[in-house]
Amino acid sequence: MKKRTGSQILLECLKREGVEVIFGYPGGAILPLVEELGNWDFNFVLVRHEQAAVHAADGYARASGKVGVCLVTSGPGATNTVTGIATAHMDSIPVVVFTGQVPVHLIGNDAFQEADIVGITRPCTKHNYLVTDVRDLARIVREAFYIASSGRPGPVLVDLPKNILTSTAEFHYPEKVEIRGYKPTLDGHLPQIRRAANLILKAKRPVIYAGGGVISSGASEELRQLAELLRIPVTTTLMGLGGFPGTHPLSLGMLGMHGTYWANMAVSECDLLLAVGARFDDRVTGKVEEFSPRSTKIHIDIDPTSIMKNVRVDIPIVGDCKRVLRRLLQVLEESHVDFDEYRKRLEPWHGVIDEWRRRYNLTYENKGNRIKPQFVIQKLYELTKGQAIITTEVGQNQMWAAQYYKFDSPRTFLTSGGLGTMGYGFPAAIGAQVAFPDRVVIDIAGDGSIQMNIQELATAVQHNLPVKVAILNNGYLGMVRQWQELFHGKKYILTRLGEWNPDFVRLAEAYGAVGLRATRAEEVEAVIREALAVPKPVLMDFWIEEEENVYPMVPAGEPITKMLLV
Amino acid sequence: MRQTLSVLVENQFGVLARVAGLFSGRGFNIESLSVAETLDPTLSIMTIVTEGDEQILEQITKQLNKLIPVIKVVEMADKPHVERELVLVKVAAKPEHRAEILRMVEIFRGKVIDVSPKNYTIEITGDRDKIRAFLELLKPIGIKEIARTGLVAMTRG
Repeated sequence: MKKRTGSQILLECLKREGVEVIFGYPGGAILPLVEELGNWDFNFVLVRHEQAAVHAADGYARASGKVGVCLVTSGPGATNTVTGIATAHMDSIPVVVFTGQVPVHLIGNDAFQEADIVGITRPCTKHNYLVTDVRDLARIVREAFYIASSGRPGPVLVDLPKNILTSTAEFHYPEKVEIRGYKPTLDGHLPQIRRAANLILKAKRPVIYAGGGVISSGASEELRQLAELLRIPVTTTLMGLGGFPGTHPLSLGMLGMHGTYWANMAVSECDLLLAVGARFDDRVTGKVEEFSPRSTKIHIDIDPTSIMKNVRVDIPIVGDCKRVLRRLLQVLEESHVDFDEYRKRLEPWHGVIDEWRRRYNLTYENKGNRIKPQFVIQKLYELTKGQAIITTEVGQNQMWAAQYYKFDSPRTFLTSGGLGTMGYGFPAAIGAQVAFPDRVVIDIAGDGSIQMNIQELATAVQHNLPVKVAILNNGYLGMVRQWQELFHGKKYILTRLGEWNPDFVRLAEAYGAVGLRATRAEEVEAVIREALAVPKPVLMDFWIEEEENVYPMVPAGEPITKMLLV
Repeated sequence: MRQTLSVLVENQFGVLARVAGLFSGRGFNIESLSVAETLDPTLSIMTIVTEGDEQILEQITKQLNKLIPVIKVVEMADKPHVERELVLVKVAAKPEHRAEILRMVEIFRGKVIDVSPKNYTIEITGDRDKIRAFLELLKPIGIKEIARTGLVAMTRG
């Protein structure tokens, strides 16, 4: 058998995994691999900072459901990926990151551009590998993709010493992956599912609380069927937006710190809470001891560590959301229950929720010529007919996007939910646009966070990716300023940016992108229309009301019924 | 609550770092830890003694199971099992104490494995209670140094 180099083996493995796109940045330690790339037809998206490579691969993965792939060099190239990896890890996104490494014989010598990236990323990857023998390479790559994409997905890092790329071995592609310490439980325990069904059928005030697990397991359809069969209202987490249609009559919108009044009230007053692919995160529960105090709790999650971590539940079900929901639907249908009667029994509950909804709807004051950020999001929603893929940065922009854009399908809202990474949205939008060149992809940004990865304008221009960025420019690190206003005596320390912000329109133009600006409400629509019409990357600079706050808001550590309303 | 965990892992570099990192990163407590190869050279057994309330102990077991190179976690406290630790104790051997030390060593079925004009070094094995009792008795005499292997455990039968 003809021997092949490590570089060839790696690229052959990527082909067999179905990889089409690699996001990355070259450097000394991976030069043999970069040279070999010239013989293959991968779409290599050259970013301008390695952090953006991981966010772009992450955005690609979230939008498409495929594994995102990155390639960077050793040392600083590798350490620059850490924020991206930690972001993907917190949100369970399948990404495989290949990092260069100094040759095996130099490891531990403090060689030029050496970093112990396997040690550094151990706590923020699902798993990671240092390849020390080229004969292990094919197996490791196969395992990396399998681990990244199965069970609870997550990032996997493979560290490639330079000599591994150039040394040779026979190529043996393992057809099957067999890892004795890794066997995710996919099918839920049937007796537990039966118990869950019985409890659901006894409930009078049930609520479904759905998270990102619904999206990663592709369970949206099953979730909708379950909700419609029993007419159970559904609230989603930030990560779950799009997992259940936002315009559906049973949708309560998002819950938690900036959730809707009626979602938080419903969760707090329900007698049965069915958690599906969610993890009772502190931004959802508020004061955890007072979270949903009167409910029987059923928790479906593929990761056993998510169950009973923060909140004690009555029926834990470990399994893939899609499979468990399917089973649950089957059990319900076989139960010969009169569903009409059940739905009728829930009517008073829906009445109570509607009353909450009427009392405090999502709203903002919209008069005069100042641009309200919520208005910008509503216009974006209207003019894209709700069909865009939306990414966000982190902070007020993220929360307004979550509240005012209604997501009807999964994989259309990409946001750094767990880690809360500023600078995520723009490269993620680039990744999503690579996955879907013909769709409208918009990054909803703030003037602070866009500057954390603004260099990626060059990437978008170079690769003809017509990504749109809507900067909600209030001249502040808005969410931090909001906390300062509410909890720190209005001392706006370190949060003012306005006077030193660049001219975003000219900046976009300097990169060869298009820059547009709206300073008055009446200009918003025209700017969005123009941005959508231009087949180029566009930065839209909306000068919004500077001290607008995100409401409702639950102060940190309070129960979620203690909401600050407008 | 105290728990002794017997953790079967892949015998590879970095596995100990993963386990140790899990404990430090999540603020779990390691009271003792011992690792060695099994009969199958591709596998190692880690015996970890840890402490926490029920919820934390449950998390520890689940988090360990989540690590890819961890193959099996056995919670010893739930099962009939035996535990042993080996301890070396260097104790001041003044002439007036020597007989007493030797008597205690005999009662606890230990061994004196090194003798010098000033000190005895004693080897003793036992479960936690026996070791604690032995050390308590030696304390007034003057313990100069101890080295412990950490607990190892095995289910009965």
